[in-house]
Amino acid sequence: MTPGSPTDERRSIRGATLRRAGLLVAGAVFVLWAVATLTFFAIRLIPGDPAQAILGGPGSQASQEALDQVRRDYGLDQPLIAQYFAMLGRLLTGDLGVSYALKLPVADLLGAQLGGTLLLAALALMLAWILALGLAIWSTGRGRVASALGEGVEITAAALPHFWLAAVLIAVFSVGLGWLPPVATGTLAGFVLPVVTLAVPLAGFLAQVMRESLLDAMQQPFVVSARARGESALGVRARHTIRHASLPAISLSGWALGWLLSGAVVVETIFAMPGLGRTLLQAVTLRDIPVVTGVVLLVALVYVLMTVLTDLAARIADPRLRQEAGR
Amino acid sequence: MSDLELQQATAVSAASHAPARRRGRMPRIGTVLAAAFVVFLLAATVAPELVATQDPNEIAPGDAFQSPSLAHWFGTDESGRDVYSRVVAGTATSLLIGVTATAIGLALGLGLGVLASFGGRIADFSVNRLVEVLFAFPGLLLALLVIVVYGPGPVTATVAVGLSTAPGYARIIRGQLVAIRSSQYVEAARVLGRSPARIISRHVLPNALLPIFVLATLGIGQAIVWAAALSYLGLGAQPPAAEWGAMLAAGRTYLATAWWMTVFPGLMIVGTTIATTVLGRALTRRGRGER
Repeated sequence: MTPGSPTDERRSIRGATLRRAGLLVAGAVFVLWAVATLTFFAIRLIPGDPAQAILGGPGSQASQEALDQVRRDYGLDQPLIAQYFAMLGRLLTGDLGVSYALKLPVADLLGAQLGGTLLLAALALMLAWILALGLAIWSTGRGRVASALGEGVEITAAALPHFWLAAVLIAVFSVGLGWLPPVATGTLAGFVLPVVTLAVPLAGFLAQVMRESLLDAMQQPFVVSARARGESALGVRARHTIRHASLPAISLSGWALGWLLSGAVVVETIFAMPGLGRTLLQAVTLRDIPVVTGVVLLVALVYVLMTVLTDLAARIADPRLRQEAGR
Repeated sequence: MSDLELQQATAVSAASHAPARRRGRMPRIGTVLAAAFVVFLLAATVAPELVATQDPNEIAPGDAFQSPSLAHWFGTDESGRDVYSRVVAGTATSLLIGVTATAIGLALGLGLGVLASFGGRIADFSVNRLVEVLFAFPGLLLALLVIVVYGPGPVTATVAVGLSTAPGYARIIRGQLVAIRSSQYVEAARVLGRSPARIISRHVLPNALLPIFVLATLGIGQAIVWAAALSYLGLGAQPPAAEWGAMLAAGRTYLATAWWMTVFPGLMIVGTTIATTVLGRALTRRGRGER
């Protein structure tokens, strides 16, 4: 495909972007199918009779009739391959099965929890971005002391485990100073500590990546020419290099969101917040398999969607990527 | 091993064309401190009785909940046990879990990486898809799935953390092996008629060894954090054990009155992670000829 006129070129670029989007969606569907399949067969490795588990475990001494009834109700008397296709069929209609422990549809159960967790993750992602950008811009290109300090802060932040950071924050701000509640209260104040707990380690990771690309961008000719035009050092950083520095971090946002959802398991448990993470932990402890499978699929869905979106966003933010695809 | 460390590792290598600053022959002060901390951890692992000040399991109800002092550096817990000595006693378990999990993740990652880079196009395609799928189980999620299947406990937790780090390692190792595969010395060996097995064992793996060692160093800290998180959630080592995550979980109840039961075991985890990261970066710099 050789670009002739500018319109031709634009059309071919648009075509390439559409093709790319098609590929991404196909890839996303494949990943979701594979996650569902992998989870389904992994769950079959669990020793013990699922019918027993549904009726409250081996200690419950369920009668043979009750066991048979449950096997019929849940389709457990069918051959494995039939169960597998039945599961895929139900997934396509958004049916995630029924919780063993709560006897409620998993889709309803998780639907009620998803909003809170996504809000928590989104706030944490935003705060992490602000902290990371601030740190990277402040500490880059200012000599050895600032960059060593910046690097130290990044490594330390990235090394903080959620469960420990949460405990220390509670000890200082709730027990010591009494400023913020130690458990989530549903108010804004109750959100502060969980969001900070999730954001700080992530900011450490993001800042490391941003700083590398910021250093790279600052050696580009356009920075020199902006400086020669008389812009201040900070002005150049704010106006010209942030976009470059953000690109690798944008493409990491899918990863970051997945990481935050996994971190929500710990944070929601510590701050006693309702949400996907805490539901997942309870389900793991109770071996409530439909709920575990449901959360895993939901997180995979969010992760996959985010990956597609960030890939397209990077293409929109960086014209070079579009042109590469066009040739 | 998280995907981000992967990004870091690649970012670091991408930045290698930047001019290296001359710093004389002295190693950085951070590297020295990190090395000293690792020596302390190794001493606590090999000979905890020499590093500890007291018997970690000696119960003294009269001394319960003492705040940090000269007699009890990190204070005492609800049974009057010395927290510093328990932290020292827990070093071996925590390090063992972290190192084993990293080894499992690396071994799997290496296997997948070799398969992808030397097994032909179909193998490469399949491994890449598999890694992509595994990335859709972010962080602890894969580990929790493993625990649902095999039940909680320290061994399952270790294997689970190892498994969840494997896809990240596989992706980086594949990238490095592909680069080595297309190098001239491998081409030369191929022209000389060496068998693929011999090329891999004599030429490729020795050259991949240092980068993989660096990866392992960077990954151990994260593995310890994840394993401790599982212990903290009650799915790994259980509280009577002096493992750091389990100690943190035990201290949770007394957070309002005895902060030292939580702060110090956590500081050990943070210190270990920082030390391994700093050492890993120093090794990376050495690998490309900087100080």
